[in-house]
Amino acid sequence: MKNQLGTAGNKGDKVRSDCFVSLEVTPSGGLQIELTSKVKTLYGESIITLCKEILVFFGIENAMLIIDDKGALPFVISARMEAAIKQLIYSEKEFLPEMLPENVYSTTRHQHRISRLYLPGNTPSLMLNAGIHAPNAIILDLEDAVAINKKAEARFLVRNALRSIDFSGVERMVRINQLPAGFDDLEFLLPHNVNLILVPKCESAIQIHQINKKIAALQTQKQMFRTVWLMPIIESAMGVMKALEIAQSAENVVAMCIGLEDYTADIGVQRTNKGNESLFARCQVINACKAVGIQAIDSVFSDITDMEALKQNVLQSKALGFEGMGCIHPRQIRVIHDNFAPTHHEIEYAQKIVSAYFYAIENGLGVVSLGTKMIDAPVVKRAQKTIELAKSMDFFFENQ
Amino acid sequence: MKNNNNFVFNAIGRKIPTNVNGKTVIPFMGIGKYLPEGNKHTSPISTCANFPSDGNKLLPTLKDSLIKAGLKSGMTISTHHHFRNGDIIANQIFDMASELGVKDLIWFPSASFECHAYLIKYLENGTIHHIEGSMNGSLGRFASDGLMKGCGVLRSHGGRYQSVQDGEVHIDIAVIAAPTADSFGNANGIDGPAACGSLGFALADSEFADKVIIVTDNLVVFPCIPWQIQGNNVDYVVQVEKVGLPEKIVSGTTEITKSPDRLFLAELTAKFCEAAEIIKNGFSFQSGAGGISLAVGNYFKEIMVKNGIKARFARGGSNKYLVSMLEAGLVDYILDGQTFDLEGVRSMRENPNHVWTSPFTSYNYHSKGNFASQVDVVILGATEIDVNFNANVVTHSDGYLLHGIGGWQNCLFSKTVILTVPLFRDRIPVIKDEVTTICGPGELIDVVITERGIAINPLRVDLIEKTKDSGLPIVSMTELKEMAEKICGIPSKPKFGNKPIAIVKWVDGTVIDTVWGVDES
Repeated sequence: MKNQLGTAGNKGDKVRSDCFVSLEVTPSGGLQIELTSKVKTLYGESIITLCKEILVFFGIENAMLIIDDKGALPFVISARMEAAIKQLIYSEKEFLPEMLPENVYSTTRHQHRISRLYLPGNTPSLMLNAGIHAPNAIILDLEDAVAINKKAEARFLVRNALRSIDFSGVERMVRINQLPAGFDDLEFLLPHNVNLILVPKCESAIQIHQINKKIAALQTQKQMFRTVWLMPIIESAMGVMKALEIAQSAENVVAMCIGLEDYTADIGVQRTNKGNESLFARCQVINACKAVGIQAIDSVFSDITDMEALKQNVLQSKALGFEGMGCIHPRQIRVIHDNFAPTHHEIEYAQKIVSAYFYAIENGLGVVSLGTKMIDAPVVKRAQKTIELAKSMDFFFENQ
Repeated sequence: MKNNNNFVFNAIGRKIPTNVNGKTVIPFMGIGKYLPEGNKHTSPISTCANFPSDGNKLLPTLKDSLIKAGLKSGMTISTHHHFRNGDIIANQIFDMASELGVKDLIWFPSASFECHAYLIKYLENGTIHHIEGSMNGSLGRFASDGLMKGCGVLRSHGGRYQSVQDGEVHIDIAVIAAPTADSFGNANGIDGPAACGSLGFALADSEFADKVIIVTDNLVVFPCIPWQIQGNNVDYVVQVEKVGLPEKIVSGTTEITKSPDRLFLAELTAKFCEAAEIIKNGFSFQSGAGGISLAVGNYFKEIMVKNGIKARFARGGSNKYLVSMLEAGLVDYILDGQTFDLEGVRSMRENPNHVWTSPFTSYNYHSKGNFASQVDVVILGATEIDVNFNANVVTHSDGYLLHGIGGWQNCLFSKTVILTVPLFRDRIPVIKDEVTTICGPGELIDVVITERGIAINPLRVDLIEKTKDSGLPIVSMTELKEMAEKICGIPSKPKFGNKPIAIVKWVDGTVIDTVWGVDES
């Protein structure tokens, strides 16, 4: 026996869709369960049945369990229970909720990652409706958004969330903890159809190799070989200097991201909206990404009330060459999408260039020209990219 | 005033008592089926010779006025919710009644708020027999636990007016808390420290009650202009130091929600209205005071600006967002039933196109036509909705009575009725097989909008047709119910006793459903 009392979950007046469990294994007396719940009338019996099932599953026959429930869904209750139980006994067994069939899908190397919504890994209420806001991806965050003393229980919650929450088909990402703790996180993620792992504070190709080695081992063990993409986050001076090495470290690295809060702290300066202090780092990350053909993703913008400042930030980001940005609030998603998207003017101009290009080919002209301007091949390529992006974002045909 | 225990099933299949608080009640017969005849109720003949010729009806205290009005056991006392949670007068009335040893009063508020939980002690000591009006929060819980002596009667704002007009309720004493009044009793809500906008909920009471008392903390020299309440109907005027708590009059509901999930719902609702071609030149709309409703208005505004559309009128609850639309010329008129913030009050005071209304104008069953049925679209909420679109606004799924009806039932007569609700609240499904209490029949509810899908009433073929290629997530109610159950699990039902603790009236005064006491054992 490890501890006397196992506890997990959150309590307090503001807590919703969560519960707090305290569990004590007793020498005798059977399973004593004390439930306080705002949904006791509707789900009291089913909560108690579930908790008993879990205790029996882990071989616990005598215990005192107190549950303070604030409308937690069953996958949350079972995550809290398992976290508390594993503070008390050692078990390799896992009490897994059913994997929703709609949660088993793969994502592709080049799909959009313009917006990725961060969801704190130990806060169920923020996870439940995340998919409806239609970001390109959600990130269940085990790292900075989870308090140190909640790290262990968050793993169970994130694992169960990957199985039980329908995120409406968006890419399912998890940010693991900084290595080496992050290695242990992987066991909770791999068999549960995580599409992409964010690797925080990445500073070398070796770290990526180590993660891939661990992934391969887990895949062999579980006999599940679905591709898991990686997105290293560059958050330090060393990471910035090693950006190219990291970007080309493995085939499954599809994007690289910069984290400016940690980076500016690392180089000892304040982060500003203008961002002069991080211009080099951002350009370095962008260039490393473009050099190896992966997506360059910008840092989150932390003022969730100032949409105009966010917009300016996105426009600047796009102008530098970034292709996406993290969101810490659903309200940021639209601003990020709208401003990374090509403008009508850009689309129109791109269409003219491409038309001129095809006109030149059809008529056997050696030179492509638009009005009096000569159009070089790279300009055509850029125009084609703009049109592809517009099409894929549904902006293209809106006003046609 | 004892209930006997005969029950019948009404036209919508709900079991209701035949006798409530000693009076026979009429079961719900269907929409527009109950057509009473005869004359309206009236008040006693008054004669101006009996009142001071200088017009001064001032009495020193509220207690004096209650005594002069003949306060005695068994009377019906009415108050109004213009000050919402900032009302302090209702509590004082029953303090005084208790001091005077008066018993078994019927409290007839236009709505109650959490501030009135104070009155539980008077329900316990017998000063108040029962409440006819909304029972929110603690009062509802008290009633649901079977602790109220009589049976509660829940009415809509329009139903309250109807009950006063046709004599179903006889008001003995109406106490009207007024932000501004003169000593003759003319009163309004647009000036003074407790300014709240309209005093429309008190209009029927001022015309039909035996005795009418005006209480104010802002006494002006005759004439008090405008006179939303006419002094000609008023018996006594009392000046007090403070008539209401201004900071609570306009609190709570006046900011657009910041919850991303609610904003999503509001935007989806506006998108639906756009796709259904409801938002067009000259249209009219109404949305309530809740966070989602306020946000819907703002998304309407965006769509109207984008497409160069103007609305003919908006029904309030008004607030600064609606006022900004009026002032930007996006809406010709605000027809305002109650005012939710000081911007609304200012606008009503300054802008002739911001018009105060009462339930008589807006919602009244005994009228020669119904305002509410001329509104193009109304956006409302609900605690529960069943697969047949029947909806509940008064009880929660655990059986407890926690809300009043407000104008909700009356608004169901609008041309398109949209209920915008989350699919589930925490773990509590909103879309269910059967609602705990039916407050509105499904045939009047056209669209249910949740974050995970939109269900259109099969009766509205036109809306189904217009939105079928909109790309909006149109599903059936059964699908919505299944989605909710898949996420939350299938809920158990609360256990009820066999005692009705309140009845729910339809807009015509018939009984549409019963609220049963909750059996916690």
